[in-house]
Amino acid sequence: MTIEIPTPLRVYTANQSAVAVDANTVTEAVSALLARYPEFKKHLYTPDGKLRSFVNLYLNDEDVRYLPQGEESAVQPSDTLSIIPSIAGGGLAVQAGAPSA
Amino acid sequence: MATIAAPKSGSPGTTLGTPLLARIGNTPLVRLEHLTADLPGIQLLGKAEWHNPGGSVKDRAAAAIVLEALRNEQVCPGKRLLDATSGNTGIAYAMLGAALGFPVTLCMPSNVSPERKRILRAYGAEVLWTDPAESSDGAIRKARELAADPQYFYADQYSNPSTWRAHYSGTANEILEQTGSRITHFVAGLGTTGTFMGVTRRLKEVNPKIECISMQPDSPFHGLEGLKHMATAIVPAIYDPGLADRNVEVETEAAYAMAKRLARTEGLLVGISAAAAVAASLRIAEEQSALGKEAVIVTILPDAADKYLSERFWGE
Ligand SMILES: Cc1ncc(COP(=O)(O)O)c(C=O)c1O
Repeated sequence: MTIEIPTPLRVYTANQSAVAVDANTVTEAVSALLARYPEFKKHLYTPDGKLRSFVNLYLNDEDVRYLPQGEESAVQPSDTLSIIPSIAGGGLAVQAGAPSA
Repeated sequence: MATIAAPKSGSPGTTLGTPLLARIGNTPLVRLEHLTADLPGIQLLGKAEWHNPGGSVKDRAAAAIVLEALRNEQVCPGKRLLDATSGNTGIAYAMLGAALGFPVTLCMPSNVSPERKRILRAYGAEVLWTDPAESSDGAIRKARELAADPQYFYADQYSNPSTWRAHYSGTANEILEQTGSRITHFVAGLGTTGTFMGVTRRLKEVNPKIECISMQPDSPFHGLEGLKHMATAIVPAIYDPGLADRNVEVETEAAYAMAKRLARTEGLLVGISAAAAVAASLRIAEEQSALGKEAVIVTILPDAADKYLSERFWGE
């Protein structure tokens, strides 16, 4: 399946806006992402392992929190998982790649 | 320079009441007395910007931008004000457009909160939704793309000098007046940076000893709505990093904790960036107290909690 990476986290994916992972559930997909990009963990999860409260995972157009099976929902290769912060910020988003000073 | 027209004093026979523009600014300076109860000699004060008619500090910049554009005939009933915004500036433009009679087009990522969408719809603004994964970048790109069309005036809040001038001539002088010029420290978050730039320029002119501290999120991926992580962001044209005496970083979770603390100990329901500003100010307060110094610390509380009440952290 495809995981869409929000702009501020693309610094960790060499600017890729989407990465492909093999997974049967949302949890597996996220685990595969964290295995490939360990820096994501502190951005997505609190130190006690909960998804940070402004972070939303969308399976296609559905908020994973509200799916009947939540993060254990099954995923297909054609599905897209998006990581979307609950707000977009009042500032400009991070420029993918080279940080400008 | 763009300043907001002062209300005409009412002599008998003149119209009564206060028009919209005159209700922008002159916000109360609230005392956060419980937070500093154990810090003798320290006063912590916040400008309650939700008292502006559009509910946020952005009314000030938007009004300055709009008045300048009206003077230059850049907006009128047939010419639309266009900008990219994800929040309060959009609400301010929409309100002003409704009251002053010019149309407004906003480019906005579609993941803004439902409360916000409803407010904009209620004011009758046109909103062009952009891809949430592209965050505000997508909105900016859309606005820049449309800007070439002559039916639009692209207000560009990140580059428009009215954004900081509104605070130079308004907010800063209010703070000086409300503290009897006793302010020792000023703390504000950085978004467009208009608030920090404008207030700091004026305060430093009056008293260069006033310490001015900018605040920003600790990481590019954050929940501090309205604020930017400058090290990794496209920097607004109006930003001059050399103006701050110091910069403080605040973690999203520290802001959430402070929002709940302010609700429960001060009876104040503030927005997330306001809570972050108070968290940063309290660090300064504790430092000053540890040094045995007295301080009058003023910060900006950009908006209230109402637009964020559906966020999960309140219940966590
Ligand atoms: C909620 C909130 N906080 C803080 C800010 C930052 O203020 P400024 O744009 O003046 O830097 C904004 C505006 O962008 C905002 O909407």
